[in-house]
Amino acid sequence: MDSSIVISGVNKTFPTPHGVVVALQDINLEIRTGEFVCLLGPSGCGKSTLLNAVAGFSLPSQGLIKVNGQAVTQPGPDRGMVFQEYALFPWMTVAQNVGFGLEIKKLPKADIRSRVDALLKLLKLSEFAERFPRDLSGGMRQRVAIARILALDSPILLMDEPFGALDALTRRSLQDELLRIWSELGKTVLFVTHSIEESIFLADRIVVMTYRPGTIKQDIRVTLPRPRDSASPEFNGLKRELSELVSSEQARHEDAERRALTTD
Amino acid sequence: MTEGSQRFKGVLLILAILALWEAVGLLGWVNAKVLPPPHAVAIKWWEYLAPQQPYDPDSGSRLAWLLSGELIQDAMGSLYRVLAGFIVGTLLALPMGLLMGASRQVYQLCNPLLQILRPIPPIAYIPLSILWFGLGNPPAIFLIAIGAFFPVLMNTIAGVRAVDGIFLRAARNLGASRSTIFLRVILPASTPYILTGMRIGIGTAFIVVIVAEMIAVNNGLGFRILEAREYFWSDKIIAGMLTIGLIGLAIDQAMSLLNNHLLRWHRGLEH
Repeated sequence: MDSSIVISGVNKTFPTPHGVVVALQDINLEIRTGEFVCLLGPSGCGKSTLLNAVAGFSLPSQGLIKVNGQAVTQPGPDRGMVFQEYALFPWMTVAQNVGFGLEIKKLPKADIRSRVDALLKLLKLSEFAERFPRDLSGGMRQRVAIARILALDSPILLMDEPFGALDALTRRSLQDELLRIWSELGKTVLFVTHSIEESIFLADRIVVMTYRPGTIKQDIRVTLPRPRDSASPEFNGLKRELSELVSSEQARHEDAERRALTTD
Repeated sequence: MTEGSQRFKGVLLILAILALWEAVGLLGWVNAKVLPPPHAVAIKWWEYLAPQQPYDPDSGSRLAWLLSGELIQDAMGSLYRVLAGFIVGTLLALPMGLLMGASRQVYQLCNPLLQILRPIPPIAYIPLSILWFGLGNPPAIFLIAIGAFFPVLMNTIAGVRAVDGIFLRAARNLGASRSTIFLRVILPASTPYILTGMRIGIGTAFIVVIVAEMIAVNNGLGFRILEAREYFWSDKIIAGMLTIGLIGLAIDQAMSLLNNHLLRWHRGLEH
């Protein structure tokens, strides 16, 4: 099967008042079409930077990212992004938010409406079509954001800690829903998280990243059958393994923060 | 404390002040020429409001006759100037503010000039406005436009600059072009600021119209209270002032309704 995302030799540096920060260093990653990949690591490990580079919001300082054979130079609707902060347009109703991408594509009004209706139904949002985002809970808003991206029919979903701000129960039900949509629609998903459990629950592959410079520490294939049972010994074995990998990076992250505060 | 009883107390305070004012007159503490009692103001107000001629079916409809009172003619004259000046000022300020907010280059180009012009009160333009436009409505509308221009401009710039970057990223991700982002994202995202600017702008316009009418025209509420001073009609002066207050209140309420409608999606609505 062909690779839908190819990341080769990517570096990303940011100039800061305290010197140059190497956010990404020598990242090489291939993601096959239809694969669900989680980027896992502590904050500051560059996982969101990598996602933003694939999205085309901030291009790598060096190296190349190809999506379906095309080099990424700018954002595009072929790589739909779901943000942790939802990023819904508060002045648009739920239906208008979901239909906005289709309006941009200049689809006929009737097509937009039927497409939007179908998506709202898929995400159990039909009764909220005419509501504004401020009337919705966090979980509902994130459903709307997912529907907005699905409307684009993009083959790739980029998700930046999309469930990070939600309570545990809502998070769990959205994870189930995402898996259902993913297996139904056959999307390629690149999903950033700092939750070990979330990554095991969702991913085909978990890519663990190191804290500054952001490199790939380990690339782990998860072969547990879905739906995955978080109480099973295999799940917990993997969780322990990942905890060790992540916690040493987390320790480096905390160390660096403490140093930054004390030298000020 | 319920809202109803608070409002009742507010009305009570107004009534108490009216009673005190009346009493001060009755007791002869102040000269009625200088501060006429409220009942005299009310009588004058009615005279000022009512049609001056008896109804004559030959000269027009009953509605036109009802509106022929001096006060109504003055109020309509003032309102016309306020709206005309406000619309001119806003139509100039809005595109300029959007452009200055969105483009750093345009901002840096125009900002020094604007910072010099902004502190000049519209009143200071009176002599020039008369030189340029003569007498009548044009200089008044010019002054009002200046009064409305800056609040709308400054708030529009601030509004565009305050647009959360995540909306822009989301729109670009959906494939929006620059013009779509501008019209469908930046403009609506900055409406809370723009409307605040318009609300301040129309308030300024209303202040400026009164001054402008004292100088350049021969009707309108500003003209009328100055004219009343010539004749020592303090009751008419006060009646005119209270009319200005009530119309100002009505305009602000209308703006507030518009605000609530356009910003029904927004958090922290003023009710």
